[in-house]
Amino acid sequence: MHTNPVSPLLQLQGLQIAYGGIQAVKGIDLELFKGELVCLIGANGAGKTTTLNAIAGVLPLAGGEIRYNGDRINAVPAHKRLRQGIALVPEGRGIFTRLTVEENLRMGAYTRTDKDGIEADLEKVYTMLPRVKERLPQVAGTLSGGEQQMVAIGRALLSRPRLLLLDEPSMGLAPLVVEKIFEVVQSVAKEGVTILLVEQNANLALEFAQRGYVMESGKVTLTGSGESLLADPKVRAAYLGEAA
Amino acid sequence: METLIQQILNGLVIGSVYALIALGYTMVYGILGLINFAHGDVLMVGALTALQTMLFLMGFAPGMSPVVMLTIALAVAIPVCMMIGFTMERLAYRRLRNAPRLAPLITAIGMSFLLQTVAMIIWGRNYHTFPQLISTTPMQPIEGVFVTPVQLTIIGVSALIMIGLMLLVNKTRIGRAMRATAENHRVASLMGVDTNAVIAFTFVIGAALAAVAGVMFASNYGIAHYGMGFMPGLKAFTAAVLGGIGNLGGAMLGGITLGLVESLGAGYIEHLTFGFLNSSYQDIFAFIILGLVLIFKPTGLLGERVSDRA
Repeated sequence: MHTNPVSPLLQLQGLQIAYGGIQAVKGIDLELFKGELVCLIGANGAGKTTTLNAIAGVLPLAGGEIRYNGDRINAVPAHKRLRQGIALVPEGRGIFTRLTVEENLRMGAYTRTDKDGIEADLEKVYTMLPRVKERLPQVAGTLSGGEQQMVAIGRALLSRPRLLLLDEPSMGLAPLVVEKIFEVVQSVAKEGVTILLVEQNANLALEFAQRGYVMESGKVTLTGSGESLLADPKVRAAYLGEAA
Repeated sequence: METLIQQILNGLVIGSVYALIALGYTMVYGILGLINFAHGDVLMVGALTALQTMLFLMGFAPGMSPVVMLTIALAVAIPVCMMIGFTMERLAYRRLRNAPRLAPLITAIGMSFLLQTVAMIIWGRNYHTFPQLISTTPMQPIEGVFVTPVQLTIIGVSALIMIGLMLLVNKTRIGRAMRATAENHRVASLMGVDTNAVIAFTFVIGAALAAVAGVMFASNYGIAHYGMGFMPGLKAFTAAVLGGIGNLGGAMLGGITLGLVESLGAGYIEHLTFGFLNSSYQDIFAFIILGLVLIFKPTGLLGERVSDRA
């Protein structure tokens, strides 16, 4: 069953999450197939970040289930989900500001023991993110926002994820930097890593993603291919700043 | 001049012990934001366990060499203290991880009473003579300045332990995980770090340092007692605050500084107060420093953050 090519890599069924006494996610269904780049868009407070955190295992569920590779992983703690291949680049990047850039990257490979593989993957990250290589011995807190985002993504890649969860990688960054980061995301996707991308910048996200889900106050209200959502008048009105 | 050199030497000895204890406080604070007030009592358990082991060995094998005996005593006391550190975290503090700040603090004070009371039941209320297995015969490297082999051992062993700890924290995988967890539990767990295990490890290492410090403290003064952990615990806490709590280098610097100030203060207090106070008032210096640091530089000498995590 695990090898069935049409079974989804990630499946959320009736997922409910309560957060600080509020029902932040009210029963959503979502499927992600191997190799897909899917985005999750919606307004502030729609429950996108909450959903990603629950998939990564840092928030408990109030109901529903998460299936990963066919297995129910509701009760698996975050540090074990990483070992199973789920990596989250958290909102606000979550850089260890007092560790050096290199130490941050090596934290991504924390669970790995294949020394040669880690060194090879580090080299790969350096080629993908040349700016990062220049700053390896620097304390990560001194980096710019864009550089920190690059380190956060590179760090997640060092765990060799099968499923990469990206939370607002464009947040607070200049358009040129955002473009760079999306190029990196795309090249990661091309290597076959399955990606679930949360973005407020719906235009950009839908352009890159094969499919998208639209969330509104804790529920999925629309889903479809990137192009169809981009063309949908409701989406255009609500998230792309056009008059309906 | 002899007084000055003598007091600096004495200060280094007691300062090394404070530094070892302060490291335990500061590591736990760094990772959990918790002041583990029972830490001083772990030191006491270390000293009394070592004492018990020595008494047993003296009856069992009277001709044993002092160095071997001390090593065995440490080999018993260190794991006992590690187990206490582990148990405290597992049974008490872990449950209060998300509780309001005051709850774990009060629990820590309760833990301190618990350890003292249990120690009092086991070892009684009396002061015990602690066997001074390393010679306390003073040597005179400089005319008028005395130093004992036990004092030199304390300085040397403390220095080695501190170097080892710095290497552990800064150069190893588990050390990197400790620093990452101290900065952000949630993100550390996203890196695959079992943060509960890292926190338990931190308590265990701190307790091991306290065990060594306890044996040193008791060896230096030649006595052990169920309440002996209170004062060095409080002083080491002061040292940790002075250096900047949460900062390992700060704990070492704070410990040594406090030892020096206290020792120099004790050496000169009679002159300073025109004979009104004598050296038995030396404890006031630590607390004057604590007061001054809290008023004028609450982040301590090397501290950069104090209130970033509630």
